[in-house]
Amino acid sequence: MRRLLMIFLILLPLITYAAEDSYQFQTKEDQARFSALTGELRCLVCQNETLAASNAVLASDLRGQIYQKMIQGKTDKEIVDYLVERYGNFILYRPPLHLTTVGLWFGPFLLLILSIGYLLYYVRKNQREKR
Amino acid sequence: MKKYLPLGLFLLIVILLWRGLGLHPNLIPSPLINKPVPTSRSVFLGQVTLLNVFASWCEACAEEQGFLNQLAKNNKVRIIGFNYKDTPLKAKAWLKQYGNPYQNIMVDSKGETAIDWGIYGTPETFVIDKKGIIRYKVLGAISPDLWEETLGPLILKLESETL
Repeated sequence: MRRLLMIFLILLPLITYAAEDSYQFQTKEDQARFSALTGELRCLVCQNETLAASNAVLASDLRGQIYQKMIQGKTDKEIVDYLVERYGNFILYRPPLHLTTVGLWFGPFLLLILSIGYLLYYVRKNQREKR
Repeated sequence: MKKYLPLGLFLLIVILLWRGLGLHPNLIPSPLINKPVPTSRSVFLGQVTLLNVFASWCEACAEEQGFLNQLAKNNKVRIIGFNYKDTPLKAKAWLKQYGNPYQNIMVDSKGETAIDWGIYGTPETFVIDKKGIIRYKVLGAISPDLWEETLGPLILKLESETL
């Protein structure tokens, strides 16, 4: 009994994961495209959730819009551009590479290189002093 | 000197995090600023307008309404309402209860037009100039302070612009 409960609890997150409405697509590819698109876009109301995962009313509306646009035969780029035009780059989980986002894209790597450099310098200096 | 380096770094992080507390990531700047209104253009031509997004289910809207009523009563600016995801019956009852400062109301019961305007919550207010260009957007309720410091002067400036 206890083991059963354990298994149930472990599986629970898998059940509650997606908030996807029942949008029907003709092909598996389209279904996958829809999942990929909504997984790349941010819900503006609950900002740490993707459009795919969010239960917010706005997220559901935007999923509806994306579905409609896909049925109309719009490309991924057209759909993303449509949303960015209205909500800004904020809706993208991966912002485009701009002059203003250079720090965002490369800052962490720069920091990593600098820290490794400092670490090497520090270790060598210690070794030299020991000798 | 070396002793103070970790302390300095720590303080730097504290300052950065402290600043972060004061930021509002839920206020997303609109890409529509300085662009023409996405729908109903003709409605906005010729007069400076506040377009105020409201709904009967929105609590902050009820709080804001008193101040909007005052603005309308004193003829400070033309206010048009944008009824978002609401039913006409509920909206009418709500306006009766909290007051109706709107010269006109756009109705978007399904929340479709709202997407064209980049609306993502209530209340939101757009400041639109005489040419129908969006010049400013307020996220959340309009407070008397915001009016005194920002909106009032901006509207005076927009009023003085020639068509």
